[in-house]
Amino acid sequence: MTTEMYFAIVLLPLFASIIAGLGGKRIGDVGAMAITIGGVVTSFLLSAWAFIEIAVLNKPAIEADLYTWISTGTLTLSFGILIDKLTAVMLIVVTSVSAMVHIYSVGYMHHDASRARFFSYLSLFTFTMLALVTAPNLVQMFLGWEGVGLASYLLIGFWFKKESANLASMKAFIVNRIADVGLILGLLTAFAVFGTLSFSGIFPALESVAAKDYVFFGYNFAVLELMAFFFLIGAMGKSAQFGFHTWLPDAMEGPTPVSALIHAATMVTAGVFLLARLSPLFEHATEVLTLVAIVGAITALFAASIGLVQKDIKRVIAYSTCSQLGYMFFACGISAYSAAIFHLMTHAFFKALLFLAAGSVIHAMSDEQDMFKMGGIRKMLPYTYPLMWIGSLALMGIPPLAGFYSKDFILEAAFATGGDMGVILYILGVAAALMTAFYSCRVMFLTFHGKPRASKEVMSHVHESPWVMVGPMVFLCVGAVLAGILGHGMTDTAWWNGAIVIAEGHLLGTPEGLAEVHHTSAFIKYLPLVLVLFAAWVAYVVYIKRTNIPARFAVAVDPLYSWALNKWYIDELYDLLFVRPTRWLGSFLWHRGDEGTINRFGPDGIAFVTEASGQTMRRFQTGYIYHYAFILMVGVMALVTWFIL
Amino acid sequence: MLATVGLTHYLVVAAILFTIGVLGIFINRKNIILVLMCIEMMLLAVNINMVSFSAFLQDLAGQIFTFFILTVAAAEVAIGLAIVTVFFRNRGSIEVDDTNMMKG
Repeated sequence: MTTEMYFAIVLLPLFASIIAGLGGKRIGDVGAMAITIGGVVTSFLLSAWAFIEIAVLNKPAIEADLYTWISTGTLTLSFGILIDKLTAVMLIVVTSVSAMVHIYSVGYMHHDASRARFFSYLSLFTFTMLALVTAPNLVQMFLGWEGVGLASYLLIGFWFKKESANLASMKAFIVNRIADVGLILGLLTAFAVFGTLSFSGIFPALESVAAKDYVFFGYNFAVLELMAFFFLIGAMGKSAQFGFHTWLPDAMEGPTPVSALIHAATMVTAGVFLLARLSPLFEHATEVLTLVAIVGAITALFAASIGLVQKDIKRVIAYSTCSQLGYMFFACGISAYSAAIFHLMTHAFFKALLFLAAGSVIHAMSDEQDMFKMGGIRKMLPYTYPLMWIGSLALMGIPPLAGFYSKDFILEAAFATGGDMGVILYILGVAAALMTAFYSCRVMFLTFHGKPRASKEVMSHVHESPWVMVGPMVFLCVGAVLAGILGHGMTDTAWWNGAIVIAEGHLLGTPEGLAEVHHTSAFIKYLPLVLVLFAAWVAYVVYIKRTNIPARFAVAVDPLYSWALNKWYIDELYDLLFVRPTRWLGSFLWHRGDEGTINRFGPDGIAFVTEASGQTMRRFQTGYIYHYAFILMVGVMALVTWFIL
Repeated sequence: MLATVGLTHYLVVAAILFTIGVLGIFINRKNIILVLMCIEMMLLAVNINMVSFSAFLQDLAGQIFTFFILTVAAAEVAIGLAIVTVFFRNRGSIEVDDTNMMKG
């Protein structure tokens, strides 16, 4: 494969996006769809080729420059590509899901008036995501990082006539921007310390600065800890970790294919990718690494608990995404980067599948998203129904589906490597897995089983989606089934050929250690699976057999239920802490500062004085000759008197 | 004893005339021609002053100037009346209260 072909992977979606976006009127909706799908599918095929060369045939990593992007003083940056095994895996994930979502959107957005714009945005997103994962330096990564944020903003607010969609898009953008400050600080710290921003320049130099300290507000910080902390903040924002998660559920206001592509499979995993890409750095920052693990575990548990009670089908899946991202984070936190990326890949397939299936359901139910108004439609959606079950089972971690391999490995690794901390992480992870199983089954039972709860009119319109929507789901389903079996070799760090680095002496770094992780006691190994099956059984009982239990249970534990239903009141807390003070400050500065001071004494004041004096002076201008003559006379007399006396 | 008519008497007459003229301009609300006449009256009062001082100081320059002023005044009245005529033609009235087109 030539270098040009590698560049084509990244650039084809960009060209397609520009053509569809700027020439959408000229080439029409069909032309725009054809060109963007063509671009992304070609990109996917090339990615598959690259994946085979780099990941399967173990060819060395490729680093090439397209052109010199920034050259100023001591800083020289080029726009280029770095394709190692980590990037190759990301490439296949991003381009395959993106291609499937493009095709699916042909059916899903069939009735929309501005399809050219939609496909242009989708392709723009694909380009920026590819630029992010192929970046050979931090600045190009930052470009992609902000680019996906922009594309996400555009796509969440795609239905811009919807007030809630506008608000959600702004929220996503603002929350991400806040976290991006962390990333920028990380970038600046890296440049200050290393004098370069390319990965090939930073990683070899890490050892030499490991002992360096920064004094910050009178405290000593190890410089690498500080840098890693900044990058962690950035990663938390993009990956919707606890504290920065608020934007992700609201992002579901966008069209469902967007949720599948951006807010489940690719963009939100950028944070995990960043952690894995910077694994050499994080391995030198053990304290921050512990923090990563804690953040991840909290997010996994917290998001799963909210997912238990939500009513909107997309929101449940969104919280599920948040929870799974928590898994990936805590895998990174215990240095199991390979497991995190493995889970990222399997998750991308089954979560995209779940979202597309949910979109198919929503499409069939005349845009109804409340699960309590669905039910009893499994016979009418003969393809979506089994596909969504496969996605759910993969998410729950039922063997031999994809989720089983990755989730199990993360839990085992947590138990084996972390000591006391590891046991706590293991317990949190298992608890989250339990909840995951429960809410996944809840979604399935409420949506497809039981008696229909929708109105007769809606039920009469229920129909299976066209093949252009089912086809991509089948493809992703194959991924959700096979990714685990085919990919579990990834869990070995040696497989990554140096793309992921683990500190020497770490259990996961050696084949013996890895074997030890796999051979934990049967209790540890099978406990998650048993609990998952138990949770599934409970869900079956309460949502199929005794359907009156959930409501009674909700009343019985009302404080807990409201706590989870209201998303732990985090949004309210932020509203109180940040939004309202900001609004108050803004309104104060507007009314008192701008209107009350600047305008009052500035433009308005000067205008008032001028007009008032003009109004007074015009009274002298009566137009009567005798008035003028009188004033003239008085004036002359005054002057004469003045000079005589 | 019959008082001789001196400089003071002339000046008093001139001052009275001038004051009447000034008041005529201010108080008159009816006719612009009256304004012109009042101006003329003020001019004549000044002329009387000139002639009086000329006689008193034995200097003819004042009387010569008076002739000049009379001539100029005649020309000025001619122009003034012409303006009033045109004004009447345009506005249909020469009442002073109507002439406030310059009002601000």
